[in-house]
Amino acid sequence: MEQLLTVAFLTSLLAGAVTAGVPLLLAGLGEQVSEKAGVLNIGIEGMMLVGAYTGFVAAWSTGSFWLGFAAGAAGGMAVALLMALLCVRLGLNQIVVGIALTLGAEGITALLHHVQFSRTYPRLPGVETLPIPFLSEIPVLGRALFDRHPFVYLAVLMVPLLVFVFRRTGLGLHLQAAGDKPAALDAAGVSVVTTRTAAVLFTGAMAGMGGTYMANIGAGLFIPFMTGGAGFIGIVLAMLARGRPGWVLFGALLFGASMALTTALQVGGVNIPTDVIQMVPFAAVMAVLVIFGRRAKLPAALGLPYVRGER
Amino acid sequence: MSATDQTLDTPRSRPPFGLTRLVLTTLAPIVAALLLSALVLALLSVDPVAYYAYVLRRGLTSWLGLQATLTRMAPLLCLAASLIMAFRAGLWNLGIDGQFLLGAVLVGATAQPLSTVLPQAAMLPLCILVAAAAGALWALVPALLKAYEGVNEIITTLMMTFLGISLANVLVKLLFLDPATTVPQTRTLPVADRLPTLPESTISSGLLIGVVAVLAVHFVMTRTAFGMRLRIVGTNPRAAVHAGLSVPALTIAVFCLSGALAGIAGAVEVLGVQGNVRADWNPAYGLAVIPLVFLARFNGVAAIVFVFAFSILSIGGESAARRLGVPHFFTLVVVSILLIALALAEYVDHRRRQRTT
Repeated sequence: MEQLLTVAFLTSLLAGAVTAGVPLLLAGLGEQVSEKAGVLNIGIEGMMLVGAYTGFVAAWSTGSFWLGFAAGAAGGMAVALLMALLCVRLGLNQIVVGIALTLGAEGITALLHHVQFSRTYPRLPGVETLPIPFLSEIPVLGRALFDRHPFVYLAVLMVPLLVFVFRRTGLGLHLQAAGDKPAALDAAGVSVVTTRTAAVLFTGAMAGMGGTYMANIGAGLFIPFMTGGAGFIGIVLAMLARGRPGWVLFGALLFGASMALTTALQVGGVNIPTDVIQMVPFAAVMAVLVIFGRRAKLPAALGLPYVRGER
Repeated sequence: MSATDQTLDTPRSRPPFGLTRLVLTTLAPIVAALLLSALVLALLSVDPVAYYAYVLRRGLTSWLGLQATLTRMAPLLCLAASLIMAFRAGLWNLGIDGQFLLGAVLVGATAQPLSTVLPQAAMLPLCILVAAAAGALWALVPALLKAYEGVNEIITTLMMTFLGISLANVLVKLLFLDPATTVPQTRTLPVADRLPTLPESTISSGLLIGVVAVLAVHFVMTRTAFGMRLRIVGTNPRAAVHAGLSVPALTIAVFCLSGALAGIAGAVEVLGVQGNVRADWNPAYGLAVIPLVFLARFNGVAAIVFVFAFSILSIGGESAARRLGVPHFFTLVVVSILLIALALAEYVDHRRRQRTT
């Protein structure tokens, strides 16, 4: 009996860590690209929420999870476009605009949900998983890691892809220059505004899909305000990872696990009030910041709008 | 743009507030935001004129509504004071909702027991002190991290606010539960022991606390040496170091004062209006006050005006939610559009002044 409980507990914890971790991973990777390019994207919470809503509505009305992700990416990018126009092109305060976009996204998605569904919360059908041959047979690990919706594998594949872009491509160099020494990038004949705009739009798409995953696959439904700070955790992940996508993956799983602790503990037969458990991920973030705070290095020009010819 | 404009951007060093400038930077964004929000209402097939008229009637022109509006201003003004303090010192304390709630919960827990042993004149100030201490304590961790490790305070204060909201719930549900009720909430402070109302009305005297707090912060930040030092830290921390200021100590002082004011806001709301704290209660006033403080350009007097206007929208909007079926998250949309319109106006104004000089 005790043995059974432990296996059930571990499987539930790991599976939950992946489910809760994928949105964090996408948000964290997206934010990492923005931050590398010098834009502190506080609006990412709003991008996730809009992505969650548009993704859910698309999947709910078409029945296709993939269309849901496309719509989620589009929704996140729509918010990101506003952010890019206001902060990158016009150089407005990134914090003010970021808060405004998050507030607006909260209000508008809650309103739209109210108009469309009133007080009902329709559910999507469960997703079909794509078990990876052999690997999915491993006890505990297999079910949790290798028997998931294909989107999960794609999300994880973004990590090596970004490593490649950052390390081996001109684009990666441009991104880094836009964040550390925008004037140098400009002098090299590459537009800082275009580079940063592209970075912010990429963030929007990633965050939007993260939100969609949270709604469509994680919860199976959309609830107003459902992201509950996941975007902000994504910002912390990006800050602590210091430009390394692999660290974002590790951090996302860690925070995902602390978020999944509630259900896992209930499966394991331990009953702790949800409010206590809800504190765990945020307490973990604070603990990490207290311990590694000094190391959370950020690009030199982060948060500063670039004006040509101004020092 | 002149050099003085860059270094200390305070009302005094600015060119006088011309009429065109006032219209451009303050009235235009408000009008634009209301018009855009009207568009959203129209899309929801609600008559915007009827909505705004209803909001005005329920929030301003009826005596009952006006009293509710003025009472609502009390915690918002304390929060505005908290933000003006931090923002003028260049510190982004975005954790005021957590500081507010913890202040509120501790007052909810202590007020009723204290009222049985202490006279009201001693109980009320003591409760306010408790709330201030709670808020200051909750701001201390981000303060220390910012002062000594250079960790971005936006992130830490946001994390602490999420933590604070959950902790407040835990405290209400597990520790400070009123055993006499079935709903999880703290013991209720009898109406007679609450903050007195202003004569001939139901307006909470918390309003006076709020007004005094905002004006005091405004005075300290613009007219005293301490405020001057804080503004230097805010505008140019490196220059502050060279001027021999202890930046870490000032950072910690600002965070604690700002957190204390946010805690006091919680006390004012509990002692003046709620009487207790229910589980899962979180009015999220903080997020609403941030744009107002920006709109007021960190000026205390202007903040009072904007908090008044927002309170009308908030009280009227709550009635409208029940009556016209427009959910109260609509105010979030208005605030968001307002914030963006404001930032755009600031940009246009900046460009205009660049051209003229």
